[in-house]
Amino acid sequence: MRTVLDPTGERAPASRQLRPRPDGLAGRTVGLLDISKARGDVVLDRLAELLEREGARVLRFRKPTFARPAPVDLRQEIAERCEVVIEALAD
Amino acid sequence: MQLPDGLVAVVKRDCPTCVLVEPVLRGLGAAVWCQDDPGWFAGDDTSLELSWRLRVETVPTLLRVEGGAETARVVGWSRPQWEELSGVSGLGAGLPEHRPGCGSLSVDPDRVDALEARFGDGLASRRVELADREDEHEAAFARGWTDGLPVVPPTPERVLAMLRGTSRDPGEVVAVVPPDLVPCTVEKVAVNAVLAGCRPEHLPVVLAAVEAACADEFALHGLLATTYFSGPVVVVNGRITRRIGMNSGVNALGQGNRANATIGRALQLVVRNVGGGRPGEVDRATLGNPGKYTFCFAEREEGSPFAPLAADRGVPGDAVTVFAGAGVQPVVDQLSRDPGSLARTFAACLRSVAHPKLVLAFDALLVVSPEHGRVFRGAGWDRARLVAELEQLLTLPVGELVRGAGGMAEGMPAGSGADELPKFRPGGLLVAHAGGDAGLFSAVIGGWVSGTSGSAPVTREVRT
Repeated sequence: MRTVLDPTGERAPASRQLRPRPDGLAGRTVGLLDISKARGDVVLDRLAELLEREGARVLRFRKPTFARPAPVDLRQEIAERCEVVIEALAD
Repeated sequence: MQLPDGLVAVVKRDCPTCVLVEPVLRGLGAAVWCQDDPGWFAGDDTSLELSWRLRVETVPTLLRVEGGAETARVVGWSRPQWEELSGVSGLGAGLPEHRPGCGSLSVDPDRVDALEARFGDGLASRRVELADREDEHEAAFARGWTDGLPVVPPTPERVLAMLRGTSRDPGEVVAVVPPDLVPCTVEKVAVNAVLAGCRPEHLPVVLAAVEAACADEFALHGLLATTYFSGPVVVVNGRITRRIGMNSGVNALGQGNRANATIGRALQLVVRNVGGGRPGEVDRATLGNPGKYTFCFAEREEGSPFAPLAADRGVPGDAVTVFAGAGVQPVVDQLSRDPGSLARTFAACLRSVAHPKLVLAFDALLVVSPEHGRVFRGAGWDRARLVAELEQLLTLPVGELVRGAGGMAEGMPAGSGADELPKFRPGGLLVAHAGGDAGLFSAVIGGWVSGTSGSAPVTREVRT
């Protein structure tokens, strides 16, 4: 038996269950997160139209720069105010 | 184990002094453990566990034990010292007054790391047991620990040997590594330095590189996640580069030097293994670049027209500078013999970083070779002078940059209001000196999204 040391961060992947998928979006609050990539807003504008047509309430969010993770406050705000989030990774 | 009260000795049959004092030990009725012959005395320490736990450095070692604890110790043979410790006079009639002992097997350099790993290493990393028939190299691939090339299996012995390269505590947190934001200890860096093929003397440079790359302003998370080509480029300054055999000369940016290759690789393996940043997962590079295996070199300080890069950035002496670099673009100028002409060549090539019509978005690291450097040295141009000249040459008319100009859709948005724009943000152009004696070539290493919205170069001291 040979032993080696684990080179990883030793973070057993947190086994968190996905929340059940909502039956529909009517009456739900959907957050649209623009990561500040060029023309991401074009995709999100169209998505907002389609979602509102389905009766969803749409909230818009924007990261200050695509090069960095979303600030903690922004993530918190999205988590508190939305039931569903769509993130645009457009270019 | 509990030591018996009274006199306790550790000996080695291969040691002439131990052989000499055998009758004395038997006469005293000491409890004796032997390191190399289990049949010589009653005590068998061929595992060297007792010797290791007692920190025996020399044999014979004679101890007085009271209540299970050591209260006195002498090493080698010395009649007066043995008489004092044992309280018995007239020991060893016919023996010389003094005789030095021999080295204990437990401090044999070939054995000490294995003993430490076996009996007390204090290493905190999770142990992974490999099955007897499992190939250790394949095991590392199977567990996702490699960058695609084979790695050195990080056995406890190798990690302990690696940790001897630094005086820092193995448990000290060096940095919080993205993307998983995992606190990374000196020990974890050492494990990955073993994987990468580093020597212990390389570890301080790896530690500094990890610290620098994880500084907030370097934006390592974004650098890793980007679809762009770039990854961390490590430039090392100071006497340590020569002491550990780094290459700043012929083929400085290329293959073939262990220190350059493994230090850069160790940083990338820390990001991969500790931070959890893997291609296809958080790393979304469209094409990447071969420097993402490893990209590390020493600045050639001797004969340089410039002060050391790190010193110019406020950290004199041994230091690393990390830069978010995207690959090497050659600069050829075999005819310029005056600095103005050569600077214009550099400016023309630097303009094309990312795109000749995109400005203020990407930093660059210009690596000036010795033959080009000689032109600036001869004219008395230092780094500040060269950068000032390049900034002037790279102040570009907006008409050439706007979208559509030159028949190219790509470019700067119209309506900035300015007539001219600089190619690089202030501080966004780094200059280093490296390379072999021959060749009128330099290199541009293009950067990534720069400044406060992206990555800024970071310099950190190398601490041993």
